[in-house]
Amino acid sequence: MSILIDKKTKVCVQGITGRDGSFHTERMIEYGTKVVCGVTPGKGGTTILGIPVYDTVKEAVEREGANTTIIFVPARFATDALLEAGDSGVGLVVCITEGIPVLDISKVLKFYREKGVTLIGPNSPGLISPGESKVGILPSNIFKKGGVGVISRSGTLTYELVSHITNSGLGESTCIGIGGDPLIGLKFIDCLKQFGKDPDTEAILMVGEIGGHDEEDAADFIVHNISKPVVAFVAGKTAPPGKRMGHAGAIISGGSGTAREKIEKFESVGIRVASEPEEVGELLKGIL
Amino acid sequence: MNLHEYQAKQIMREYGLPVQGGRVATKPKDAEKIARDYGNPVMVKAQVHTGGRGKAGGVKYAKTPDEAENYARGILGMRIKNFPVKKVLIAKAVDIKKEYYLSVIMDRDKKSPLIMASREGGMDIEEVARRKPKAIKKLWVDPVYGLLPHQAKEIMLSLFDDGKFALRSANIVEALYRLFTECDAQIAEINPLALDDGGKLWVTDAKVVLDDNALSRHPKLEKLRDPDPGEDKELAAKEAGLSYIPLSGYIGCVVNGAGLAMATMDLIKKYGGEPANFLDIGGSSSPEKVEKALSILLLDKNVRVIFFNIFGGITRCDDVASGVIRATESMKIGLPMVARLTGTNEDEARQILKNSPIIPVQSMSEGAIRAIELAKGN
Repeated sequence: MSILIDKKTKVCVQGITGRDGSFHTERMIEYGTKVVCGVTPGKGGTTILGIPVYDTVKEAVEREGANTTIIFVPARFATDALLEAGDSGVGLVVCITEGIPVLDISKVLKFYREKGVTLIGPNSPGLISPGESKVGILPSNIFKKGGVGVISRSGTLTYELVSHITNSGLGESTCIGIGGDPLIGLKFIDCLKQFGKDPDTEAILMVGEIGGHDEEDAADFIVHNISKPVVAFVAGKTAPPGKRMGHAGAIISGGSGTAREKIEKFESVGIRVASEPEEVGELLKGIL
Repeated sequence: MNLHEYQAKQIMREYGLPVQGGRVATKPKDAEKIARDYGNPVMVKAQVHTGGRGKAGGVKYAKTPDEAENYARGILGMRIKNFPVKKVLIAKAVDIKKEYYLSVIMDRDKKSPLIMASREGGMDIEEVARRKPKAIKKLWVDPVYGLLPHQAKEIMLSLFDDGKFALRSANIVEALYRLFTECDAQIAEINPLALDDGGKLWVTDAKVVLDDNALSRHPKLEKLRDPDPGEDKELAAKEAGLSYIPLSGYIGCVVNGAGLAMATMDLIKKYGGEPANFLDIGGSSSPEKVEKALSILLLDKNVRVIFFNIFGGITRCDDVASGVIRATESMKIGLPMVARLTGTNEDEARQILKNSPIIPVQSMSEGAIRAIELAKGN
């Protein structure tokens, strides 16, 4: 078992003929993901990697029965791609695109709430349920099916941490990159709820960073709602205030959103925080 | 992107908000001239991208043009929290009876614009939130429907006991919200919104922060950019698809991914070193990008050693290795280099770096420790 995606997930790729879209579609197919269709406006009727391409998401979803879509569309077209995805009948949208205006995302999220559509991202590396399916750009070789659920605001840092989980002999149930933007769809708490109910997830790793206070909110949520062990890592202890550290959402503003606050909060509710990436494997092994 | 007060006020004026007259001076003599034109007492205000200007002595009340000139002389060239003051705003002074607070920000929690208003104006809103959270009126706006007329009224009714005055002033909230959405702002703040003796409201201080992600659709606003010292390097990096922020240490870092770049800095600090920078070379890296990253890094004369920390996924380790080799051929690096390259094409990368002076390491922590040792001897 896993959360959000599994062997049955049927995926549509928006921006499938682009450089990144086609490269990662191939990787997803290699991994065993059921990519059933792609969309590039103006290229309907063609195929790429044996996958039929459509002009609109609605048509692609109707014809091929996709229930999930992943977006590789450039930032300036991505807002409309998101709205189109939300109106197509799929239940899950994964947005890899970085650099979408925040106000646009607030409108998209409002639309998704009305339609009952779940968004992962934007500015996300996607997600993977090892041995089941991958909808994203995460390097598959570092993952192994297992009992650790991973939720992260980061990309490569997640891979670093996952490699330590896998090298320690453990594996992952599902690993979700929730995205590095200030406004995102699924947040820590939403993912925690799902991992809490997933029988195959035995422990959870949260990977946070500076900016906002979602980590603190998650810590409070865990105290009352999650009985599974949780381990955390927080990046940005040395980040200067007022500077955006690569991710649009990673900024200490008005003196709040520091790594120190987040680590102290986690520790105050008994969540173990790794002091460096390599410790994560050992911490989880010690618990499981 | 942060705007100066005078730029924020200019935009607010365009949106019909009541901003008193003001012009910018870069020389004391100009300050005097502007003050003379206005013929009234003026405020002389340092224009820097940071708060706490008043406390630092960067905001003065000048009764005469000569006083304005003197104050401008003192403020121009001063440093506020390490930001040099290159411009002062000379603004007509307002006889303030009472100060209010009004802002629109994007709320990460509710994923919607949030309007905040308070009778406790003129001070830091974070301070008010800590001390008297009930003194802040909060109202979330549906981003699709936008601000509704009754919501604008509700905000002003929370500020003023005189209901008629509140209703008459609701257009201020509407204008500020329109500015917020049309300019893709992250923050549009009036603090204080000042009530003068004649019962008129004025924007006497303003702050606007724009969403970097939206600047491409606001070329006019992009032109308002006034880089801070050192920021030119950040912008040059951005041009090249890199994300770079200088720090005060001596270990130069080249990393792929923002989270990993922060974790690398943290790790260096943990083992007793000081990172010289944050540098994310991004997802799909080419040798050219790595070369560019090194050239930016080398502008910082404090850098004594360079630490590459690459977790290959989409980024190919061999691309990074080729970039390093190309950089060593095209420029004089003259610094020890430590490389941790793991993941996609790591064997090829090792081959490329085999006969180079670059020191290979197996893990992040080993790399950090090695870099610190090398920095000591350099």
